[in-house]
Amino acid sequence: MKKLIDAVDDVVLDAMRGMAAAHPSLRVDLEQRVIVRSDAPRTGKVGLVSGGGSGHEPLHGGFVGYGMLDAACPGEVFTSPVPDQILAATTAVSGGAGVVHIVKNYTGDVLNFQMAAELAEDEDIEVVPVVIDDDVAVQDSTFTAGRRGTGATVFAEKIAGALAESGGALADVAGVAKEVNERSRSFGVALTACTVPAAGRPTFELGEDEIELGIGIHGEPGRERVRLRTATEIVDAALSAIDEDMPLSGSEVLVMVNGMGGTPLMELYGAYAAAEKWLAGHGATVSRRLVGNYVTSLEMAGCMISVCRLTPRLTELWDAPVETPGLRWGR
Amino acid sequence: MDTYAWMVRFAELVSADAERLTRLDSAIGDGDHGSNLDRGMRAAAEALSADLPPGKVLMTAGRTLVSKTGGASGPLYGTALRRAGKALGDASEVGAAELGAALRAALEGVQELGKAEEGDKTMVDALAPAVTAYEAAAGEGLATAARAALDAAEKGAEATVPLQARKGRASYLGPRSVGHQDPGAASTVLLFRALAETAASS
Repeated sequence: MKKLIDAVDDVVLDAMRGMAAAHPSLRVDLEQRVIVRSDAPRTGKVGLVSGGGSGHEPLHGGFVGYGMLDAACPGEVFTSPVPDQILAATTAVSGGAGVVHIVKNYTGDVLNFQMAAELAEDEDIEVVPVVIDDDVAVQDSTFTAGRRGTGATVFAEKIAGALAESGGALADVAGVAKEVNERSRSFGVALTACTVPAAGRPTFELGEDEIELGIGIHGEPGRERVRLRTATEIVDAALSAIDEDMPLSGSEVLVMVNGMGGTPLMELYGAYAAAEKWLAGHGATVSRRLVGNYVTSLEMAGCMISVCRLTPRLTELWDAPVETPGLRWGR
Repeated sequence: MDTYAWMVRFAELVSADAERLTRLDSAIGDGDHGSNLDRGMRAAAEALSADLPPGKVLMTAGRTLVSKTGGASGPLYGTALRRAGKALGDASEVGAAELGAALRAALEGVQELGKAEEGDKTMVDALAPAVTAYEAAAGEGLATAARAALDAAEKGAEATVPLQARKGRASYLGPRSVGHQDPGAASTVLLFRALAETAASS
């Protein structure tokens, strides 16, 4: 596998160096491994921190900035950040009004954020965690680790970020992030596997004519392996799974057709056309949309479809100005 | 009980077996358990020194694991060792009974954090029977109790093979997780092998 890198061990740090050089509006701390808004901390503003394994860019570092995250902590590739890192990010953005942690539901992420929250409380910073678990491919049960956090993380970070920017209180910012999570579902499909640089070989094997339905964002296998089918059929499988879990008929929705890193935008737009047609045919109205690479899995080919059932308030917060490397409008 | 020797030996065993642990994790997880725990335990062994009190050794190892490992294994092993170290307190000598209480505290810490029960196909499936076996044999001395704990941990890890995972990343696979040994249970066996070897030679 060819990789555009200098050295396997430096991949994450080199990416952070690049973020620092390309986006002077960010404060990148290579020592603590955190990416922080340059104007943080702002007194009286609720801080919004997220993080997770690297390899999902622009998530999360690319969403740090006005109207979205205050800080992100990138872990090793596909490995959660450590508590010290999360604590450093939390301390850096704490303006006295508390800090919300947006955590994707993976055991490692949940545990490390939990330990960081305890450490932050020792320093008198109030932390409220919000766990994102929008992936319908995993059967939910109180006896398992539950559903994975995937595409809805982008929705939650944008919408909670907007509320925090406008002066929302800690409980309200956390509350709106939870509301977004409850009203969102995602389903991902892989056309190829991906290769973690340190591993040097693909995380799983997919035949030339095979696809994996219901993948998570780390290249972990999904619900079922099937033969390659058309974009329209893949979109149908994804949206049917979502609709079965959370009926969409009669709703006004925000839709993201997200590339996993290795699929051309041309193909994503093709999938988006199929998605909009599917939704219209099933009684849903698409009022906001996002097409592109927002939550990736290294160079994996494939896409993930995420849907959020909007309310007028959520729409207003989605439309609010945002200025980050990965999302920007209205400012 | 020389907790310093125990931790150094654990680091050696993890290093020697890192590839096997990663292979087990590739089958049902994300293929990094061996390399992550190896990175963490190397750092932990470096942070330790033989002249620290026994409890402090375990707390330092635990704190380093939490800081350096990432993933789920850092917080879980880190908490286990920190709790064990805390239970030992400032004592300069650790006997069979004290170590039993420390192991029980480690198990409680892991279950509190990870919310796993026996049978969920996690490290608890090796840790819980090991602690119980240790306690049952503690009256016969440290070396015997540690040996009993190792035997129980091995049996517990082996018994995870037919289980369907209900916690951790393997749980996303559902029935496809059956037929593979849990990597966390496998590394827990190494923790008790290191303990048994250390106890036997002291």
